Amino acid sequence: MHRVLGDRRAVLILLGPALLVYSLIMLVPTLWSLGYSFTKGNTIDGFTGNGLDNFHRLFTDPDVRHALWFTAKYAVTVTVGQVVAGYLLALLYVFFLKKASALIRTLVFFPVVLPTVAVGLLFKNLFQVGPQTGPVNSLLNAVGIESIDFFGSSGHAFWVLIVMDIWRSMGFYAVLLFAGLVDIPDEVLESARLDGASGLRLIRHIVLPMSFPVLMSSLIFSINGTLKAFDSIIALTNGGPGNSTSPLTLYMFQTSFTYSDYGYGSTIALLLTVVCLMVTLVVFRASRRDLTKD
Amino acid sequence: MNTDSSAARRARLAGLTASTAVLALFTAACGGTGGGSTSAPKNFSYLTVNENATVKTALGTLSKGACADENKALPLKVESVPQTGLDQKLQLLAGQNALPVQFAAGNAPALTDKLYKSGKIADLEKELDKLGVLDQIQPGAISTIKALYGGKMEVLPYEYNIEGIFYNKKIFAKDGITEPGTWAELTAAAAKLETKGVQPFSASGQQGWPLTRLISGYLYRSLGPDALQAVKDGKAKLTDPPYVKAAQEIADLGKKGYFGKGVGSIDYDTAINQFLTGKAAMFYMGSWALTNIADKKANTVGADNIGFMPFPAVSGGKGSIDQYPSNVGLGITLGKNIDAKTGDWVTCIAKNYGSTALKDQGSISGFKTNSEVKDANAVAGKVRRTISDSQQNVLWFEALFSTKATTVSQTNAASLVNGTMSPQQFMQTVQDALKSE
Repeated sequence: MHRVLGDRRAVLILLGPALLVYSLIMLVPTLWSLGYSFTKGNTIDGFTGNGLDNFHRLFTDPDVRHALWFTAKYAVTVTVGQVVAGYLLALLYVFFLKKASALIRTLVFFPVVLPTVAVGLLFKNLFQVGPQTGPVNSLLNAVGIESIDFFGSSGHAFWVLIVMDIWRSMGFYAVLLFAGLVDIPDEVLESARLDGASGLRLIRHIVLPMSFPVLMSSLIFSINGTLKAFDSIIALTNGGPGNSTSPLTLYMFQTSFTYSDYGYGSTIALLLTVVCLMVTLVVFRASRRDLTKD
Repeated sequence: MNTDSSAARRARLAGLTASTAVLALFTAACGGTGGGSTSAPKNFSYLTVNENATVKTALGTLSKGACADENKALPLKVESVPQTGLDQKLQLLAGQNALPVQFAAGNAPALTDKLYKSGKIADLEKELDKLGVLDQIQPGAISTIKALYGGKMEVLPYEYNIEGIFYNKKIFAKDGITEPGTWAELTAAAAKLETKGVQPFSASGQQGWPLTRLISGYLYRSLGPDALQAVKDGKAKLTDPPYVKAAQEIADLGKKGYFGKGVGSIDYDTAINQFLTGKAAMFYMGSWALTNIADKKANTVGADNIGFMPFPAVSGGKGSIDQYPSNVGLGITLGKNIDAKTGDWVTCIAKNYGSTALKDQGSISGFKTNSEVKDANAVAGKVRRTISDSQQNVLWFEALFSTKATTVSQTNAASLVNGTMSPQQFMQTVQDALKSE
């Protein structure tokens, strides 16, 4: 192995194609997009350089502030929701259902494989108030509460979106965390139990620290995925009402492709990239702490 | 043993990096210009949207009938994309010089104008004149197009629509309501209907424009036909009190529940269905709805039970109910290079499209009808007569807005009528969007 990795020609042959593909589909578009950030225009009018104007606009645009705030709020809420729900499900699979968990695992995982648009339509129908009353409003009516126009106000639409995205993805995180939990050696758990640890104490001092790496991976997966959320929001609210559920991704898309402002759209994309990078670094930094020490 | 010197290694690495970059740039550059061609077209290619079947159906009919010879020389080839993806597709094609011969030119006039100014589309007044068929277009349609597209004829009038309020005659008669002539009478009629348990209006808040059309209707009646031109010219702002008042009037209709429950979630098809199945008494819409009204399966109310009235007058207002909001539907235009075979097709369309679309689909276009066609029903006849008698046309709310302001206006319209946004906030939001471009 050392001989192969020591031979630069072999390294080049083995890594070259992957490096080339990576460069073509990741690095070049990223750099290209960065280049567009210093221009204004579109494919019809052509592009002209405008220096740092787009960056100046980025810091003064109230729509960016709104989209950034929504993105942060959405990412934190959904990440907490899907990782906590996934972890609780994983604990349920490992410690309660044990070998009988296969069927439940499959059922909870099922929404992950459903197309996002289908899930969006499902939730739209569940929560709709007009033209027909959806099951959720029917339930509210049955207990004497008036129908709520869930997609008519930003607050309600936000929570329907959160519920939908947690429901849709918790099965994935449950399986991911389940894999981390089954890796904990039985002997360790047994020893902990003999030492008197059980229930929450066992989870707090043994299970949580030992599944911490996979938990951290889930967090990074989740936060990065939710910061870039697009399809589920388009399918359920299309960013509305107004732009109240528009994240940065949607604002970037609209700016570039609907308003034909590719330069500013690229600047928003750059902001999103920086946010993702910063959040990932913060999560990595936080993960250095050793949870087994109080 | 490794014999490479570090300098040679660095040179090789630099060479590899440079080659990768050059290859990448070359590949990306190829993507931007591929498909650009100025050679004569092999087809009479037509890019349209999935949502509009009228034009492609009529062109299909022409290709087999009146324009069969032209079709033989240059076969019609139709491609459809979802309307929401049209603008992106056009920008990409325009960037590659690969626009089809004929195409739906964007959802907002602003994009069409951009294409025209960049020399991608033809000056149709000049081209039709050269082909000797300019007289086949109705003057009203030409003036509407010019009002929309900065004084230039940038699109063909495959549709020529006026807008007004369709109403259910049966419901009106049952509740003793006569056709309202003023805004006060309209709101009184709506209040009466509401108390009788009938939903007064059907409208799609999901699309938004059926609601913002009501704002512009009120503005044209209260401030006169130049109300929105003044905003475009910077002589007035949407936040000025008379403009906010118009938004207030429409918001009040929503506040009183006249649009029914969950108006923001209702799409266009549901809205039209509510009206045609008798679940709502009135429906503000363009004359393109005549196709749905003529559809006996969809229209359970019956075409004979549907009336059409202009947007009512506002007492003391400067506008007149003879001024109808008009449009030419989705703008369809021709690429810059019109060769002889394309010219033959255009000539044939100009002479035959009007009667074909009216006869087969009840669709009114801006082309003259050169053969006698019987109206599908009384309301279609009334609308057709109104179009020919109409002396002055006005545009719709977003007609002169930028793409961003159009989107902002239409996506916030539902919030205005469900009360989550005040009229002042709504107008301020749209005005800010107008300012930002």
